[in-house]
Amino acid sequence: MIQAINEALDGEMQRDKKLILFGEDVEISLFGDTKGLVDKYGTDRIRNTPISETVMSGMAVGAAAAGFNVVCHMMFGNFMYTGFDSIANQASKLRYMTAGQISLPIVYMSVFGGGRSAAAQHSDAMHPLFMNLGGLKVVTPSSPMDAAGLLRASIRDPNPVIYLQAAGRGGELGEVPDEEFIVELGKAAVLRNGEDLTIVAIGAMVRPALRSVDFQKTEGVSIELIDPRTLVPLDKEMIFKSVRKTGRLIIVDEARDTCSAASHIAALCAEECFSALKAPIKRVTVNDIAIPYSPPLEKNVLPNEKRINNTVSEILKFA
Amino acid sequence: MADTNFSNDQMLKLYESMLRIRKVEEQLAKDSKEGNIPGAVHLYIGQEAVAVGVCSQLNDKDWIASTHRGHGHFLAKGGETRLLMAEVYGRDTGICRGRGGSMHVADFSKGIIGANGIVGGGISITTGAGLASKLTNDGSVAVAFFGDGAANQGVLAEALNISTLWQLPVIFVCENNGFSEFSPTNTVTAGNIVDRAKPYGTACETVDGNDVIAVWQCAERAKLRASRGDGPTLIEAHTYRQRGHVEAEASFLSKNYRDSQEIEGWVSKDPITLFEKRIVDAGQAKIEDLQVISRAMEAEVNEAVEFAEKSPYPDPGGNEQQYMFT
Repeated sequence: MIQAINEALDGEMQRDKKLILFGEDVEISLFGDTKGLVDKYGTDRIRNTPISETVMSGMAVGAAAAGFNVVCHMMFGNFMYTGFDSIANQASKLRYMTAGQISLPIVYMSVFGGGRSAAAQHSDAMHPLFMNLGGLKVVTPSSPMDAAGLLRASIRDPNPVIYLQAAGRGGELGEVPDEEFIVELGKAAVLRNGEDLTIVAIGAMVRPALRSVDFQKTEGVSIELIDPRTLVPLDKEMIFKSVRKTGRLIIVDEARDTCSAASHIAALCAEECFSALKAPIKRVTVNDIAIPYSPPLEKNVLPNEKRINNTVSEILKFA
Repeated sequence: MADTNFSNDQMLKLYESMLRIRKVEEQLAKDSKEGNIPGAVHLYIGQEAVAVGVCSQLNDKDWIASTHRGHGHFLAKGGETRLLMAEVYGRDTGICRGRGGSMHVADFSKGIIGANGIVGGGISITTGAGLASKLTNDGSVAVAFFGDGAANQGVLAEALNISTLWQLPVIFVCENNGFSEFSPTNTVTAGNIVDRAKPYGTACETVDGNDVIAVWQCAERAKLRASRGDGPTLIEAHTYRQRGHVEAEASFLSKNYRDSQEIEGWVSKDPITLFEKRIVDAGQAKIEDLQVISRAMEAEVNEAVEFAEKSPYPDPGGNEQQYMFT
C-alpha cells in the first residue's frame, strides 16, 4: 500500500509542476510514502516543515489560494487536531464564503486508526469530524489499488480533500496495475455480492469484514460487502440499492460510536430504505473511549471478525 | 512625524484612501445603530493610516490577509466601496454575494485573500501565500494584517519561525490598537509584541501607526527586504481603536471598560486629522481641496448605500450547495 501511494505521488509530481508537498520529516519519510521524492524534485517542491501543524494547515490554504496544488502531509491523523483551525475554519469554508472566487486544491494526508499499540494520541479514526464540516472531501482507501487511484483523484480534485490511509493496513499487499489509473471520488466498490445482508465497511475495517463475509458464506449466509471508499462524497445510491435488496445492514467503522460515519450511514438508510428493512440496522464501532496501548486492551476495543460475526447472527434472528 | 518629499498628488491620494475608509465606516456605524445591516461590524476608525500606508506599497499581485476589522484593508487594497457595502448589507451583488458578510470580504482578483473571523486566522494563510510568491518568483509579497490580540495566538510564533527559516517574502503587520476585544492589551500581553521577532532573527520595526507616511516608509523597507530575498519583517504599528470592539457592544456590556480621557487623547491624534493639517501646513493643498475630496467620498458612500439597498438578497430557493465545491 505504501509503495502504491509513493508511486502515485511520484507520478503526480512528475505530471503537475505546480504540485508541492510539505510536512514533518517528509524528506526522510517516516512511513515510506514520500520516500525518494525530495531527491527527484528538490526542496522547493518536497520540503520538511518544523513541527508546526497550526501554521502548516493554513499555509496549505494560502499556497493553494495563490495558485499551487498542495499536499499537506500531517503524518498521524491525530496531529490534524493540532492543525484543525485552518482545516475547519478556512479550508472547508473559504470557497463558499467568497462565493466561489477561488478553489483550494489541497490534500491533507495522514494515517489514521489503531491496531499498532500507538496509544490514544496516535490511533484515532477522526473521519467523522471532517465529514461534518461540509466543505471537505473525505477519502479512506482500503487496498493498494484504491490507495493509488484515489490519491491521484484527490490530488487532481480542485477541492480540499482529507486523505486518510488506514494505519493498521500500512503493509497491506495487493495488485496495482502498472498503468496510471484513477478511482473517481464518490464511487463505492462492491467487494462481495450477496443476498441476505449488506455490510458497509470503512477503511481498515474492510479486512475483518471480508474475513467475516467469506466465513459466513461457508455457513450459508450470503453477504454483500460494500467499501464506500470515499465518505464525502458518499455513494448513497449504491448502499441504498444493496440494502433494498438484502433488507439488512451492518456498518463497520473504526470511529468512536457517537456520531460515527456508521451512525450517519445508518440514519440515511433508516430514512431512505425503511420499508425494505427486515431487521434493525446494526453498527460495529469503537466504544466512546480512548484507544488503549496494551495489545489485549486495544484488540478488545477495535471491531474485529468475531464482533462482526456475532452481529450477523444477531441480525439474522429477526424474521 | 516622518519626513517626506511626496508630490501633492501622492499626498492627496493617501488622504483620499484614508477618507474613503472613514466615510464608509461612519456610514456603517450609523447603519448598525439603525438596524440597517443584518450582522455585527467591527470598525477600523482611527487605524486607517496603517492599511493605507502599507497597501499603497502593494499592487494586485501582492497578497493581503486581514482581520475581523477588515473593511479598511479591503478598501485600501483596491476593493470597491459598493461591493463592500452590498456585502455587509447581505445582498447578492456583494463581493461575496452575501455569503461572507463584514468579516469575510475578499477579492482575489485584487490580491485580497480576505478578512477573517478567526483572530490570527490570516497569519498562516499569508505565510502560505508568501511561499507561493517565493516559488513563483514574481516579486510579489504577502502581507498579514492582525491585531495585538492575534499576536497572542501561537500561530504567530510558528509563522515567524518558518517564514524566517525559509526566507519567505512576508510582511507581518501587527496593529496594536490597545485592545484585545474587550480587554486592554497590557492586561493580556507580556512584553513588547515587536520583540517576538527577535528570537527568530526576523527583521522587525515599530512605527507610529497614526502617521501614514511613517507607515508607508516602514512598509517600503519591509517590501524591499522581502522582494530581494531577505525574508519576512514583523512591524508593530501603534495605533488606537477609537470605536468599540464591535458596534452595538453598549447594548450587551454590563460595564464600561474604556477610559474616556484615553479615547479623547487618541482622537486628538487622529491619523486623518493629523494628515490634513500636515498637507495644509506644507502648502500641498488648501482646506477647500480637501473638502472636495471629502464630498467625493461622501458621494461614493451614498452611491454605494443606494446600490446595496436596491440590490436583491440572494435567493434562498437557489442551489444552497453552490460554491461549496468546484
